[in-house]
Amino acid sequence: MSSESVIREPLITGGKTVHDVTEDISRRVEEKPTKLWMLAMTISLGLLAVGAYTVFLLLWHGVGMWGLNKTVGWAWDITNFVWWVGIGHAGTLISAILLLFRQRWRMSINRAAEAMTIFAVICALQFPILHTGRPWLAIYWMFPLPNTFGSLWVNFNSPLLWDVFAISTYFLVSLIFWYIGLIPDFATIRDRAKNKISKSIYGALSFGWDGAAKTWSRYETVALVLAGLATPLVLSVHTIVSMDFATSVIPGWHTTIFPPYFVAGAIFSGFAMVLTLMIVTRKVYKLEDYITIQHLEMMNIVIIITGSIVGVAYLTELFIAWYSGVEAEQYAFLNRATGPYWWAYAAMMTCNVVSPQLFWFKKIRTNIAATFVLSIVVNIGMWFERFVIIVTSLHRDFLPSSWAMFYPTFVDVGVYVFTFGLFFTCFFLFAKFFPVINMAEVKSIIKTTGEKAK
Amino acid sequence: MSNTKFILGVYEDEDILLSAITKIRTAGVKIHEVYSPFPVHGIDDVLGYKRSKLSIVAFLFGLLGTSLALTMQIGMMGVDWPMIIGGKDFIPYPSFVPVIFELTVLLAAYGMCFTFFIVSDLKPWARPRIFDLRITDDKHVMAIDLDHNKIDVAKIDKILKDNGASEVNQKTFDET
Repeated sequence: MSSESVIREPLITGGKTVHDVTEDISRRVEEKPTKLWMLAMTISLGLLAVGAYTVFLLLWHGVGMWGLNKTVGWAWDITNFVWWVGIGHAGTLISAILLLFRQRWRMSINRAAEAMTIFAVICALQFPILHTGRPWLAIYWMFPLPNTFGSLWVNFNSPLLWDVFAISTYFLVSLIFWYIGLIPDFATIRDRAKNKISKSIYGALSFGWDGAAKTWSRYETVALVLAGLATPLVLSVHTIVSMDFATSVIPGWHTTIFPPYFVAGAIFSGFAMVLTLMIVTRKVYKLEDYITIQHLEMMNIVIIITGSIVGVAYLTELFIAWYSGVEAEQYAFLNRATGPYWWAYAAMMTCNVVSPQLFWFKKIRTNIAATFVLSIVVNIGMWFERFVIIVTSLHRDFLPSSWAMFYPTFVDVGVYVFTFGLFFTCFFLFAKFFPVINMAEVKSIIKTTGEKAK
Repeated sequence: MSNTKFILGVYEDEDILLSAITKIRTAGVKIHEVYSPFPVHGIDDVLGYKRSKLSIVAFLFGLLGTSLALTMQIGMMGVDWPMIIGGKDFIPYPSFVPVIFELTVLLAAYGMCFTFFIVSDLKPWARPRIFDLRITDDKHVMAIDLDHNKIDVAKIDKILKDNGASEVNQKTFDET
């Protein structure tokens, strides 16, 4: 039955048995919250509270609290939105595309990566909701609901509306994909629960899962079909986000390269965020046997590839601007690199194109500290990428008399801080109350890829 | 169903389990169900389960999504309240593609998942029969319904043990 492979390193080290997997992962859900967790939670709740105050100011006084002006009408809000959505690409990519490619190394990281995806998309959604100024009315502006406000229906020609459908579909599909994977693991925790309260809570969460072969067979079909559906979905989301820009007539935005370039950038930043979180989680939860150096190396390889695609896209943009002969286009790119926002462009180039190339060295891509630092550098770079695309294309308006600069206010910063608070609060709650590794999937590969398998 | 009595064979290893299922079924014992902590490859074949039709369900729900998206967009933009937007047609099909795609995926995914929940009786208030608490940990349990088997208990017990079961237990569910 089992095939022999001598070349491949075991994916799960430490001679773990199936029972060890249950113990190692469930223990984290069952133990009392540690001091470290309490501290981390306090900090995130603090960020959330500070941020919530600025969100209140924004809603009370209006979007004028942001640093936007007549020329730069989009700045941090959409930068942060695109940044968070990009981060939200890794989870479903890992669980869907890597499932179709039968990459077993996904199994140790898919649960946490999907959780991160869902929380990142929730953070992203804050910006389109808040930028409407009056979110309680926005439901009529965003969704096709009958109303009496003028034009009766939403405009299906608008890429912003496509975005509403793309992001909400992505969120809902990722959520159910994640939840279906969680059901068998919740059942494990239910069956181990000592007290009545957790037994009934995890009992409800596990939907009465009993592990029957018939249900497993259906479960596998569902997972495969969901992966097949989610794969084009992942690629469609950032494609449609890029169309917010690409279908406009602003020099620097209306380029056909945007969809693939945005998708590669999204995967790039998503994997960077997964690395940042997983390196900390594996250390704190002592999961070194499940998330091995090999797992980190695989993710670093994805980072080199997608980072290089992003680099090629940057250079292609410059080339096409020159080759097209369109002066406005040429000016937009020259201004990006040498204008008043040259520092943002330089930060983007260094963090996204130059520094990830260090991962070509095996020593660096298998070094945990270096990976951790570079993963944060990548996400700083990806923030600057969006900032560069959005602000530098807008700030030199068609008339020199309306040229302007963008200066963020404390409300701009505060709303960004709010999403960080929201993200980490959700992530820490997940890390404490949900199994952080997909136990059932890891158990299924113990025999073939564990250390005891020969 | 009042009292249902089951005889349970506990297995440690999935490969032993798979060969045991084949032998036990050829011995004429009807297996109620096999419970595992993780999906075991090839188990549906040896148990004689047919491939799940959930992928067809997903396809049909996807078709529903496509037609709903088309109907909605044509109805709103072309029939109910036509407006000239950027000089485009009232029914600009290329603009409809993204929403058609998203609703197709959304309905296919949710339609399939909820069908899965219904056919597998998965719901928050479900009260499943727990044959053994270790099923969700590391043991595979083969449940044999005594009401549906004419062979006597001692004999089933022996067949299970001969085919690699590490323990054989009995469990009665009182379901009235």
